[in-house]
Amino acid sequence: MITVEQRAEFRKHFRYNVSRRLVTDKIIKGVVFGCVVITIIPLGSILLEVFRNGASALSIEFLTQVPGAVGEAGGGIGPAIQGTLLLVGMSSLIGVPIGVLGGIFLSEFGNNRLGKTIRFFNDVLAEFPTIVIGLFAFIMIVLVFGTFSILAGMFALSIIMLPIITRTTEEALKLVPISYREAGYALGIKRWTIIMRIILSSAKSGLVTGIMLSVARIGGETAPLIFTILGSSQFFSGFDQPMDALPLRIWRLSLLPYDTAAAQGWGAALVLILIVLALNIGVRYVFLRKHGRSLHVRITGGG
Amino acid sequence: MKPIVLKRGSPIFDKVFKIGAAVAATYVLAIIVLIVFQLSTGSYPIWTKEGIYFLTGSDWNSEQDREIYGAAPYVMGTFVTAGLAMVIGVPISIGIAMFLAELAPSFLRSPLSFIIELLAAVPSVIYGLWGLFVFRLYLKDWIETPLNNAFGNNVWFFSGTPFGLDIFTASIVLAIMIIPTISSISREIMLAVPNSQREAAYMLGATKFEVFKLAVIPYSKSGLIGASILGLGRAVGETMAVTMLIGNATGPNAFPVSLFQPGQTMSSIIANEFSEATQGGLHIAALIGVGLILFIVAIVINIAAHLLVARVIKSHEGAVLA
Repeated sequence: MITVEQRAEFRKHFRYNVSRRLVTDKIIKGVVFGCVVITIIPLGSILLEVFRNGASALSIEFLTQVPGAVGEAGGGIGPAIQGTLLLVGMSSLIGVPIGVLGGIFLSEFGNNRLGKTIRFFNDVLAEFPTIVIGLFAFIMIVLVFGTFSILAGMFALSIIMLPIITRTTEEALKLVPISYREAGYALGIKRWTIIMRIILSSAKSGLVTGIMLSVARIGGETAPLIFTILGSSQFFSGFDQPMDALPLRIWRLSLLPYDTAAAQGWGAALVLILIVLALNIGVRYVFLRKHGRSLHVRITGGG
Repeated sequence: MKPIVLKRGSPIFDKVFKIGAAVAATYVLAIIVLIVFQLSTGSYPIWTKEGIYFLTGSDWNSEQDREIYGAAPYVMGTFVTAGLAMVIGVPISIGIAMFLAELAPSFLRSPLSFIIELLAAVPSVIYGLWGLFVFRLYLKDWIETPLNNAFGNNVWFFSGTPFGLDIFTASIVLAIMIIPTISSISREIMLAVPNSQREAAYMLGATKFEVFKLAVIPYSKSGLIGASILGLGRAVGETMAVTMLIGNATGPNAFPVSLFQPGQTMSSIIANEFSEATQGGLHIAALIGVGLILFIVAIVINIAAHLLVARVIKSHEGAVLA
């Protein structure tokens, strides 16, 4: 904020040193542009390396078969892909309904102390170290039932996706014009019917955005899975059994000192990054086409 | 769309619906309370055995009968790596935000910010993989070895044998990971600065940089600090990339002394040692105890950041932080 005294001072300063100020301006512009370039380089390098090294590993067998013997070529990541899809689907069964209902509460009934508190802690939970949530699921589910299981993974991932869905739902509902609600009231429709039939269907694209973002997020989560689904080299064999997932498989492969393991790791990374990027770019496309502007939501990959 | 049939129901459905929504929303609070409770009870054995040594000690041994757990090196490792990541990441992020909010031509703004945000979409395990097989080798050959050769004997934090799996690599990758978070929030905050502020400075004949320095920065200072602290929260909790790159030292060796030595953070020791920790033993309690410390650090950082950012953005509708 510029005060009157400062203004006089600036005016004096601006009148002199013109060439030096212009040079400084140029330099700063260059430095700032350099910041952008320096940040795009790692992204380019990551995408390039993943596509280059991963493409050679891809094949039908790689995508569908169980992992081979440790350190040998052959075998695939079938169980990991199955596990990731299962985990995402199952977590959504919990995360989406609770998250959407929570978002409805914040948007429609949340203009009070409770709403403010929930909104605040929702934001805090969204930024939480996911490894802590994994430990929590380990204590709550794995220790209680005595076995690592896909259910524990589902519990952990549903906690991670919840705040993202709640927040985007709230924002999407707030974008629905108040006149839609008033039209409903004028017809004498019950409030919950208005919300379920009018507002939710008007905010559909926002809801889809939130769900896709949260799926992209939990699809890449690794840390919480170490404590919950543990990893396995078999296909799904029951909800109380350990399971594999793509990010977990990438981590385990990266720990092995064999070139074949590294190659398979890159292959799995390619599959994972394709899923995550497709979801994120899809979100942008869906929402942009509908509203002509992007929703103010931040993209996050898993931790 | 099917016509909505008007029904005269009792208003009790409205009540039930509202209560249901309230319960769903309160679930978040319940989870946070439960996390605190479970981490406290889960780590209780380690606090009774080690007491304050758990926070201040540095010996770490999980062998039976010789068990001793001091987590100080890992707490320090977390702060050092996150701090270094901030030192590298914050200036670059503010620069990016300045470019995107003030300088970039309008046709570039949207695609460029999307590309920067894509960095946040890359899962952390892929950062780890890339760091392990690609980035580490470049860092070792081009930066670590020259620095070590030039200053290694005189400057303590450049000493050691550069191998690529060390605090330096982990911090740089962490910095890359927090840049999209900090820069996208900073950009939102700069866009929230009223144009009248900029116009006042332009009117006085200020250059773009001077407008930024005199009008934008003072107005958005606390928001920018909040954005940086949010980035710090991310860096503190980040697990996989750090676990794969930091080299995993344990015990007194894990104290972060030199940039080019292996270290350990709170999250990486939990991820690394979890599979060896037998159920119910002290080892698992120790790891849960480290998790509790991490939880407390993270929640303090996040609450501070959200309070700072919320104050700035409150008037700017539509901006979402989560």
